[in-house]
Amino acid sequence: MRMDMNRRDFIRLCGGTAAMLGLSYSWVPEIAQALEQAAKRPPVIWMSFMECTGCLESFAKSVNPSTADIVLDIISLNYQENIMAAAGTQAEADLKKTIGQGGYIAVIEGAIAVGIPEAMMVAGKTSLELVKELTQNAAATLCVGTCAAYGGVQAMRPNPTGAKGVKDAIGAKTVNVPGCPPNPAHMLPTIVHYLLFNKIPDLDSDGRPLFLYEQKIHDNCERRAHFDAGRYVTQFGSKEETLQYCLYKMGCKGPETHSPCPKTLWNNKQSWCVKCGNGCIGCMEPNFWDRFEDFYQQLPNVPIPGFVGVETSADWIGSTLVTATMAGVGIHAVTTAAKGRFKKHPEEGEGPPPAKTEASQGSED
Amino acid sequence: MARIVVDPVTRIEGHLRVEVEVDGGKVKDAWTTCTLFRGFEIFIKDRPPLDAWHIAHRICGVCPTSHGHAATMGLENSFNVTPPGNAVLIRNLMEAAQQLHSHVLWFYTLNAFDYVDVLSALSAQPSTPALKTVQDRLKAFADSGQLGFLDGGYWGHPAMKLPPEMNLELTAHYLQALAIQAKAAQALAVFGGKFPYHMSTPPGGVTVVPSLQDIENFEFIMKEVTDFVRNVFVPDVLAVAPYYIDHATFGKGVGNFLSWGVLEDVDSRDPYKRALPRGAIFGGQLKVEQVDPSEVQEYVSHSWYTHDSGAGKNPGSNNATTAPQYTKVDTNDKYTWAKTAQIKNKPMEVGTLARMLIAYLSPNAPYYATVKSLVDSTLQALGSAGKPEILISALGRIATKALESVLIADKAEADLARLKQNIKDGDNNWFNPKGHDVPDAGAGVGAWEAPRGALAHWNRIEGGKIASYQAVPASNWNFSPRNDQGQRGPVEEALVGTPVADAAKPLEVLRVIHTFDP
Repeated sequence: MRMDMNRRDFIRLCGGTAAMLGLSYSWVPEIAQALEQAAKRPPVIWMSFMECTGCLESFAKSVNPSTADIVLDIISLNYQENIMAAAGTQAEADLKKTIGQGGYIAVIEGAIAVGIPEAMMVAGKTSLELVKELTQNAAATLCVGTCAAYGGVQAMRPNPTGAKGVKDAIGAKTVNVPGCPPNPAHMLPTIVHYLLFNKIPDLDSDGRPLFLYEQKIHDNCERRAHFDAGRYVTQFGSKEETLQYCLYKMGCKGPETHSPCPKTLWNNKQSWCVKCGNGCIGCMEPNFWDRFEDFYQQLPNVPIPGFVGVETSADWIGSTLVTATMAGVGIHAVTTAAKGRFKKHPEEGEGPPPAKTEASQGSED
Repeated sequence: MARIVVDPVTRIEGHLRVEVEVDGGKVKDAWTTCTLFRGFEIFIKDRPPLDAWHIAHRICGVCPTSHGHAATMGLENSFNVTPPGNAVLIRNLMEAAQQLHSHVLWFYTLNAFDYVDVLSALSAQPSTPALKTVQDRLKAFADSGQLGFLDGGYWGHPAMKLPPEMNLELTAHYLQALAIQAKAAQALAVFGGKFPYHMSTPPGGVTVVPSLQDIENFEFIMKEVTDFVRNVFVPDVLAVAPYYIDHATFGKGVGNFLSWGVLEDVDSRDPYKRALPRGAIFGGQLKVEQVDPSEVQEYVSHSWYTHDSGAGKNPGSNNATTAPQYTKVDTNDKYTWAKTAQIKNKPMEVGTLARMLIAYLSPNAPYYATVKSLVDSTLQALGSAGKPEILISALGRIATKALESVLIADKAEADLARLKQNIKDGDNNWFNPKGHDVPDAGAGVGAWEAPRGALAHWNRIEGGKIASYQAVPASNWNFSPRNDQGQRGPVEEALVGTPVADAAKPLEVLRVIHTFDP
């Protein structure tokens, strides 16, 4: 253990990370060893481009480990404009030194201005120039937030600055932890995964780690039973909301959004979007601002579990098929169990040994 | 004469470049450049009005809650819808949590390294075992040879004045503050789902119907935050101030102040009765005038936009527009993405100092007595009793930030008590369903305050879609470039006269910029 970190906190970190990575507690010693035995804290450059600082703000809401633990004990945060002591030429020197040494993790927040490059400049260079310099010598490139991953808010129609995500802007291979903002409970395990296995995690077709983003909000939603039973909120602030009915008819995008939000929750597990009654706006999906435009309109068609190959509207389920509800719930439960929450596809390359891979829901603190 | 460029200005929200001209150890002239343009006004256009509050919310990730509220209030104004009292109270509580999160983050995470020499703390004699633990941790960090986020700070700079023991204590509080600002965000998330970017306040009210357990949970978490504000933040500011008392002599700025007001009075809904009331001060005179968003005018003679994007138009006018047109950084011509926002052809300072001065001079506002006693007792402690004008300075902006935090904590406690009483009395009204009926046409403005200052969102609806959306956040006030008459913007003006001990390490320049909480 690093001598400067409380052992209990450290084990909590390792345990929580094991759970997020889909590993059992038997992996905790390996995780602890990987973090302890690193000769030095891995250098990280966090650069912010077309952004609102919300991703860094979200990262700074980390608990177990806290933000202080992360920057003092786990990583060497050599460049991050909101936190670093240096400014101006001294900040530039920090950046140049770390890029020159190579082997750092590049964390990128914010989109790249491609259409009007001067819409985003630091120290006289455009984001397009800077992102090339930054990714060239990086050991891995992690895009935090929907803007760095896919362009985000400023890339929505008509995209006046020609904003793009890092991969689309320069063709770099990136690991994407999207979200507006991204959840610290998704960002840190992704970094630890890299430190532990010394390779980037298996990704989905949108560059997101599968161990986090394989399932949809809808699959794990606390209000799912109400969806299956045809019980919906149709007006905010109503009796139905008091009873925490399903928000599908209020426009919830949970059925089409890949994210572990219902499990990780937000801000030390205080709450999340569905719990506060607004529903999901799909912020972890590429192009969600345009794709889900008119957020308060219900999604047109949603697959109903237990009716293979049939896509139908929840209205129909809610009104016509109430009698089938019990069967629907039963089949949904079986489907989830058979799929395995963090089951790996054989073709996705090497990972942790199968004997140690198991669902570890509930083991996270 | 030497020109110094600080780019990037770090420990702020967003992206900023500052150029200063130094002569005889003092700043003679200054130019501020915002180096990011995203185009919210362009891409919110033609969208469903109910989406607009989610989109406009994303203008700032450090003060998202305020932008969310201003956007929603603007839409409610267009829809002609009034949210129920419980919804106003919940919004106030979320706003208070965000403001306290931001104020604590600002003083410690963003400012502390300007005044606290962290490496000097290594030579302190720790007065308690807890401080010894922090010092040991710091020592292990420094000995690792990887200074990380502390590398290249202005350690040992001649303008650093605190003794090693105070540097150690403030470093310990820096670490504690990182946890406290996260706590404030947790409190906000109880009602908002998450922070940044809460989800529960569309036009009409709030979507959350809090349980009694939720309310107790909020109260429990906020208590830890407000305890920190009263027992650590305020004492820290008062302890540090005497070492930097000369900072009351520079950083004055333009002397014009604007606040739209924040933290609603649930009964009157009158912006002049908000806990921090609406008002404007001109020419450094200690008297408050009424002010309306319709008086805002925008100019772009030094900004990278087409002439049509400024020209003195009010952002709510039918032909308001924002069209980018980049040229180059030329301090004699155009040099920033920020527009120049003005009232009565005057640049206006916004932020905590503006709010607290206006509150101090507004005897009819409900928290007048609280503000008066906070400010007067602090002036006395600093040996300047009866001289509120000394607050118009770099030091004054820091002091008022701490005092305002106490006021916000008081207001949150009162709103929480009121909410509990409402529920006890059977008021279970959280949402006005008319908030979901988008009118075919309408126009409105939401004028509110982010932690860093006045912000207003104007919207116009035609054919059930957003026909025009213009936002004037705090940056367009404080970081506005010169106006058409060549008069400097508020931060530019405040920088003039700032001492610079070492041109290669312009620490004092950073300090003055940071007092504006950019």
